[in-house]
Amino acid sequence: MAPYESDDSTGAAQADDELRDELRAERRRKAARYVVPLAVVGVAAATIGLVPALADSGDPDLPKITAQELIDKIAKSDVQQLSGTVKISTDLGLPDLGGLESSLLSGAAQGSGGGSSADPTGKLTELASGTHTLRVAADGPEKQKVSVLESGAEYSLIHNGTDVWGYDSKSNEVYHSTAADSGKAEQHEVPATPKDFADEFLKSVDGTTSVTVDGTAQVAGRDAYRLVIKPKQSGTTFGAISIAVDARTGTPLKFTLTPSSGGAAVVDAGYTQVSFAKPAASTFDFTPPKGAKVTEGDKAGKPGKAREGSGADQGGKVSEMPGHGSAKGLDKSGFKVLGKGWNSIAVLDTGSKGGLPTGSASGGGDLGGFLGSLGNPVSGKFGKGTVFSTRLINALITDDGKVYVGAVDKAALVKAANAG
Amino acid sequence: MSRADLAVVDTAAVRPNPVWSLGLLRSEFVTTFRRWRTLALLGVLAAVPVLVGVSVRIETRGGGQAGPGGGAGPAFITQVTNNGLFLVFTALAATLPFFLPMAVGVVAGDAIAGEADAGTLRYLLVAPAGRTRLLLTKYATTMAFCLVATLVVAASALAVGALLFPLGDLTTISGTRISFADGLGRALLIALAVALSLAGVAALGLFVSTLTNSGIAAMATTVGLLITVQILDQIPQLHALQPYLFSHYWLSFADLIRDPVYWDDLVKNLELQALYTAVFGSAAWARFTTRDITA
Repeated sequence: MAPYESDDSTGAAQADDELRDELRAERRRKAARYVVPLAVVGVAAATIGLVPALADSGDPDLPKITAQELIDKIAKSDVQQLSGTVKISTDLGLPDLGGLESSLLSGAAQGSGGGSSADPTGKLTELASGTHTLRVAADGPEKQKVSVLESGAEYSLIHNGTDVWGYDSKSNEVYHSTAADSGKAEQHEVPATPKDFADEFLKSVDGTTSVTVDGTAQVAGRDAYRLVIKPKQSGTTFGAISIAVDARTGTPLKFTLTPSSGGAAVVDAGYTQVSFAKPAASTFDFTPPKGAKVTEGDKAGKPGKAREGSGADQGGKVSEMPGHGSAKGLDKSGFKVLGKGWNSIAVLDTGSKGGLPTGSASGGGDLGGFLGSLGNPVSGKFGKGTVFSTRLINALITDDGKVYVGAVDKAALVKAANAG
Repeated sequence: MSRADLAVVDTAAVRPNPVWSLGLLRSEFVTTFRRWRTLALLGVLAAVPVLVGVSVRIETRGGGQAGPGGGAGPAFITQVTNNGLFLVFTALAATLPFFLPMAVGVVAGDAIAGEADAGTLRYLLVAPAGRTRLLLTKYATTMAFCLVATLVVAASALAVGALLFPLGDLTTISGTRISFADGLGRALLIALAVALSLAGVAALGLFVSTLTNSGIAAMATTVGLLITVQILDQIPQLHALQPYLFSHYWLSFADLIRDPVYWDDLVKNLELQALYTAVFGSAAWARFTTRDITA
């Protein structure tokens, strides 16, 4: 720039000004180019932020329906052919043990399943925590398929006629059992689709429960009614259960269980995509691939085990719904049930005084200390004990060996222990 | 370089001959693919499936199971013994996280900075092509390298797979069976998906390349960014950020071997790559067209 500024004459000064303007404009034009990438980022951010809000086109307009009519609609629903993608998130509030937890789980699964990673028992317990994408397909009572989508792999459970196949593509292992009944049992014992969850809870509708229709919603692009189930009693950890029911077919499309403590849903299972067309027949055909390790399941024992496994881990809150269905089961095996409806508490007397490794049990050693650190010590008229809590199920283990379990809050457990 | 020289270059860019820019593209292709460095990168990539195939073959000679029992190792490795076509998927799964993007990072990082380093950039610009056109040509060449590199891995894997393992109908990871021709078609689609997955890295590398006059610095920065992003993608506390990292959906190509194909993540991956290409491509353009070329 120096050569231009050396001249002092007015003409030159004028030219100098013009040049400076030109340079400034030039610089501005250069800076303007950087606006393009910034604009792209801005548009992308706006799209990510706004599109979900805009896509929510409001609740569909559907004819009014009473809660009873809606429940009847679900019961009468006769959907035989269905395929879709289900997203399921579970947050039971179990203590985060990281790798330890999964190794314990898989260790347990391996113990009962003979070491095959294709065994449904072990695989489906994985659904008990985190978010998973499932694919379901059904064509009548004889053909069903559930696949768990993993990164670069998939686990499929296929029921076709008398065969039940489990195929784990990650380890290339196959599990096979042939009993016709076991197939059905497994299909029904593993609550994976919104319908499975909804069925469990609709069984429990009685005087202690309020059922209402709470407007409409859009689920997987379909118009649906929203059925809300709420416990009338206080003291339970269940907040509300919301089930979106397809207006046309009566199929539950989305199931959400929120705890009374608020926060994220404990179970949230819903279709992200659903079709009621007949799935391709090849979907249910399975021949073990060459070189795959096939584990044959024994006909009688396996389904029973699968039932136990999924009942305890996956369905903890579902199968052990207080006061209904499973309470009978508890009675049979020597449990006692206190209270009724949502507030029922199962009591188990292990009889081993101080034998349970609670934190206060001096003989518990390392394991006792470890378990104790996960619970909170409580005391009352009954003596001393430890409360283990999740977001839904709380358990009180007293030092004299009694176990109180229920979907109720801590105070209710202590009250029950004091009374008992 | 003074302003006057710049003005000459810019006015020359106004009316480039279309045939000329095709010629520019061709000469770029030839220069890139005849470089020893490029050939060595492709050679390393072609060797990966050979290594994987031979080691799986040796391990399973006695009829044993491939890979450790728990299903560790690269995806699909356990299925390779059933069907040689799975070696294509295994090889791509093994090279995608690092080897492929590293090779692309080297080529993209070198694109502009390498020319500046060698002192040839100003001669390229003296030719009546214009900077935008030169940048587009460089990006096209880099993308062509992505495709060639992916196809080299796939072709080498297919050859090794056909030599060492049986071919035929294959079982998808969903448990259904598809014909060999269908499988081959899906392998081609997967190679395409993998090549497109690298578009984001290519654009990022090109942008870095316009920032510096040192080819080595640009390559190192691009590969360094690649490693950083891969590490960030593994930290669970950053899960809110991870869907926006360019490598997050890379393994989505595996969804093409599901039956039916699960498109959600594949589409997300392509959208993300398009976004990275748009952002860093335009940033590279803004930088390269306004910068003083001194080398």
